[in-house]
Amino acid sequence: MVYNIYICGIGGQGIIKTSIVIGETAIHKDMNVVMSEIHGMSQRGGVVSTELKIGEDKSPIIQDGGADLILSFEPVEALRALHKSNTDSIIVTNISPVLPSTINQQDVDYPEIDDIISELESKVSKVYAIDANKIAENAGHPLSMNMAMLGAATAISTFPLEKEDVIKIMKENLPPKSIEINLKAFDEGYNSCK
Amino acid sequence: MNINELLDSEKGNKRFMLGNEAAVRGVLESGVSLAATYPGTPSSEIGDILFKIAKEANIYFEFSSNEKVAIEVAASAASTGLRTFSFMKHVGVNVAADSFMSSAYIGIEGSFLVLVADDPSTFSSQNEQDTRHFARQANIPLFEPSNPQEIKDFIHYAYDVSDKFNIPVIIRTTTRVSHMRGIVETDEYTKNTKTYGEFKDTGLHVPVPEAARVMHKNLVEKIRNIREISNESPLNKIIDNGANLGIIASGGAYNYVADVVNQNNLKVNILKIGFSHPYPEQLVKKFLEDNDEVLVVEEVDPINEIETLAIAGKYNINTKIHGKCDETLPEIFEYTPDIIFNSLQKLVSFEDKRNKANEESEIALPSRPATLCSGCPHRASYYAAREAVNSLNLDIESIHPSDIGCYTLGIAPPYKMASYLMSMGASVGTSCGFSKSTTQQPIISFIGDSTFFHAGIPPLINAVHNKNRFTLVILDNRITAMTGGQTNPGIPIDGMGDEAPAISIGALVKSIGIEFVKEINPLNVKEMIEVYKEALSYDGVSVIIAKYPCNLINKQQIRERNYRIVVDQDKCVHCNICVNKLACPSINEIDGKITIDQVCNKCAVCTEVCPTNAIHKE
Ligand SMILES: Cc1ncc(C[n+]2csc(CCOP(=O)(O)OP(=O)(O)O)c2C)c(N)n1
Ligand code: SF4
Repeated sequence: MVYNIYICGIGGQGIIKTSIVIGETAIHKDMNVVMSEIHGMSQRGGVVSTELKIGEDKSPIIQDGGADLILSFEPVEALRALHKSNTDSIIVTNISPVLPSTINQQDVDYPEIDDIISELESKVSKVYAIDANKIAENAGHPLSMNMAMLGAATAISTFPLEKEDVIKIMKENLPPKSIEINLKAFDEGYNSCK
Repeated sequence: MNINELLDSEKGNKRFMLGNEAAVRGVLESGVSLAATYPGTPSSEIGDILFKIAKEANIYFEFSSNEKVAIEVAASAASTGLRTFSFMKHVGVNVAADSFMSSAYIGIEGSFLVLVADDPSTFSSQNEQDTRHFARQANIPLFEPSNPQEIKDFIHYAYDVSDKFNIPVIIRTTTRVSHMRGIVETDEYTKNTKTYGEFKDTGLHVPVPEAARVMHKNLVEKIRNIREISNESPLNKIIDNGANLGIIASGGAYNYVADVVNQNNLKVNILKIGFSHPYPEQLVKKFLEDNDEVLVVEEVDPINEIETLAIAGKYNINTKIHGKCDETLPEIFEYTPDIIFNSLQKLVSFEDKRNKANEESEIALPSRPATLCSGCPHRASYYAAREAVNSLNLDIESIHPSDIGCYTLGIAPPYKMASYLMSMGASVGTSCGFSKSTTQQPIISFIGDSTFFHAGIPPLINAVHNKNRFTLVILDNRITAMTGGQTNPGIPIDGMGDEAPAISIGALVKSIGIEFVKEINPLNVKEMIEVYKEALSYDGVSVIIAKYPCNLINKQQIRERNYRIVVDQDKCVHCNICVNKLACPSINEIDGKITIDQVCNKCAVCTEVCPTNAIHKE
């Protein structure tokens, strides 16, 4: 059995760090894990994605339709990732949009959040839409948004890792001075999907 | 994994490592003494890590001015008996090729490894070239690891081959292998103790024609002997399942094969190739004899496949060979699990149990093209260039040779300031060509500081000597930004993190006889436009040095800007110059109002651009 997680969003949102925490937790639990990261031009507002496979697979790429869980740090990016999902997939998405820098020059408007969510809901088994930016701000720092997303993912019933284990690895990986805020964001994210 | 763990990890520890981190660990475990590179994605992280740990690991590390220099530094150091390392992206090999070729002829006394990262599907490159061709052209052994653990382990093996045969060796990765994370079990590491070697003139280091003939003969002999090792190597292994169909797979492509075969319980034999040049002829011959059909899977060019076809031809073996040549597999781009699945279905019948992928979104999605950062000094340089060119009201196009870096994004509208690009440094050489082959068309070309040091200087000498006319804008943002922010010869810090002499671009261009040299902070756009106009009317080679630091290294100064940029809605006349001509990502028109977003770095260029001063500091 392999559990496939596709994580997407925008440069600077902490996607790589989140993915590493998941991967290291898997190793801590003696599971095999591989991951691919694409972050070509991330400083400049481009798309960032990682693919994590927990289980016996060797290749770090999830085949189309193969994601068990899509964790999207930005709503439009969840839509862009749909080809990785199937009707049984679960999507956890942040509902705070990041407008593309060129949106004024494009023919397409940024879609309404409600429309995004209903489109997602029409395609997969379950969508958890959370305001991770707000959770992070309440926790004490906007940059803890990624840990709110991680908390939300950890609460998903099919997620193969336990909350305590993820927290242990978070503590090993995050700077001590921000760990309290990050744990708070993680907990709030967790509760929002439990 | 944090960087300290790279040094602290003990024998038998398991770490979640990026391919590039595993490469660093591999060379550290192997006892490397010296490393030199010029940055290039997907291999850049190796340099970023060495920059941080070189002192602690007691090795010498430098960001050389280009890949050719990096190879020269590492190869000559290896001739003193040291173990040395160089690494680069695939196109770096083109730059290094001349010396790299000779390094195989000359040979080395110590050991010398070059890691080259290819980029199938061109995630961050201008082409998909396959380094395995170069290994054959240069008679250099080459290894193809499939994952981070193999990167680390193959480095040990490759150094042993280098040591034993006094020959440089190549590890060839691809983006998906270098940027893959996986579990790596580390081996013993002890801090390097060997800082210096000793050069001895054996009379065998100078390939004058007479000597080169002997050297080439010896080299071909070495490769013949190494082929024996490749035949027996544990890096090339047959997994025999008693099937009729065999698959020969290497590098990242092997992973997809292994997964599709496992998930679908396919009965196939597999020959995994890790040591791919010299190609293991006898092993492949045996594999061909044992199978009725063989599929060769590799990224990007059909190199192992053609070698396999040649072996079948040489030994008159009738096995049917599939791959790129018969279009069983695509000839371009990286592979995916689905591509391998589909091609295997052409050869064996098995049920498609894959989950059906959802259709793409029915809602039209805005795209997210990479753009210059908010506050990027390049934007100001391009805005001003466009304004200056437009002010000429020409009925003929201006020509804009460009170069490789963040500033290549100047190709996008509204600036449209990149119309011809070949390779690093080519902005200057191609400007010479346009200068000689056109008459009325103004030529303004662009090059970054790092790119200028890399390959911009010889063509600029050519420009002066051959009496060309064009304006070269050197975009000196004080860093090599595109690849993540490495130092370069213009920065007063070297690869060890020590203070170093910074080369003055201004003094350098003046010294070759260029009389029109203006250094200016491009954030002063009005002045910048005037400088462009002046340069455009100059008959000869003019140089504008647009000097202002990239955001990546300007964080402190940005933090200290104790004002905000605001829009006085009453003064705004909706000319939309800020949105349409400056096109800063922080300025948007939302519900008919010009707004400044949170990401704004307060470079304040927009305050100069706004004709009514509606945008101002507060
Ligand atoms: C031969 C070669 N080596 C390396 C690279 C990778 N690379 C692309 S752009 C770049 C450097 C850009 O630095 P600079 O010229 O200072 O421009 P900036 O990105 O800072 O604007 C590098 C190293 C390449 N494309 N080709
Ligand atoms: S990283 Fe630096 S050079 Fe590149 S777009 Fe951003 S500010 Fe400009």
